[in-house]
Amino acid sequence: MNWFKYASPASFYPLAGKLIPYFAAITVVLLAIGLWISFFVAPTDFQQGEGYRIIFVHVPASWMSMFIYCVMAFWSALGLIFNTRLSGMMTQALAPTGALFAFLSLVTGSLWGKPMWGTWWVWDARLTSQLILFFLYLGYLALTSAIDDSRRRDKAGAILSLVGVVNVPIIYFSVIWWNTLHQGASVSMTKAPTMAHTMLMGMLIMALAFWGYTIAMGLKRVRCIILEREMSSEWIKKNAVE
Amino acid sequence: MQWNSFSDFIHMGGYGLYVWGSFGICALAMIIEPLILQSRNQKIRRQVKRQGGQP
Repeated sequence: MNWFKYASPASFYPLAGKLIPYFAAITVVLLAIGLWISFFVAPTDFQQGEGYRIIFVHVPASWMSMFIYCVMAFWSALGLIFNTRLSGMMTQALAPTGALFAFLSLVTGSLWGKPMWGTWWVWDARLTSQLILFFLYLGYLALTSAIDDSRRRDKAGAILSLVGVVNVPIIYFSVIWWNTLHQGASVSMTKAPTMAHTMLMGMLIMALAFWGYTIAMGLKRVRCIILEREMSSEWIKKNAVE
Repeated sequence: MQWNSFSDFIHMGGYGLYVWGSFGICALAMIIEPLILQSRNQKIRRQVKRQGGQP
């Protein structure tokens, strides 16, 4: 299979269209299972009572917000190196969803913080670096919407996302490097998770559902962007955008 | 299952507002984003059609 074939918007457009329903379906199924586990299978937490159930959306949203930024940086690097048009489009297609998840992470975190910590917000390293991530997304969106020429827009956006990606490891390790009010990771790559199996299961399934959602939204948006940018090109005039 | 009644479920052991607030805002966001995209998609497809393309 020739992957470079799909670096052209004309051939990626129909492929993305075909993939969307599958990711949408996977998302719906995983969300149903994940929500069922979140509310009916996972036990009550002995310290946090039922309030801990917020983690079933908070943790996946936070993970996605960091992960999407990394993917944007990846596409940006590809775009700068190979000068492919699709890379910039992919980066721009992911940014709004990433911003949304960063926002949801902050809001759900606040809703958890109020009953558990007694405050909606503290300027702790984890919370502050996550807020910076949200601002980086907003900055990216503002920058790219301010530039009319698509090549220059892609380039400027790529540089911003590559510079900003430094913040992602800072968020991830903030709970280790600083004394944060935010708890350390309950799930890490080096230790066994410190939570009940069904809780972990629920969280992972919700995270997968958010993945599916992100991919579906990203593909949907990249299709819009392709049409918007290539409207006057031959392949759209001539053949089926289906 | 840890719920004895529906009101128990809504109450969430005293955390109802926070838990449902969190899930609610996520649900809202994940319903609105696809709708916005849908309308963006329809708008651009209409434009493509107007200029003679076939979306």
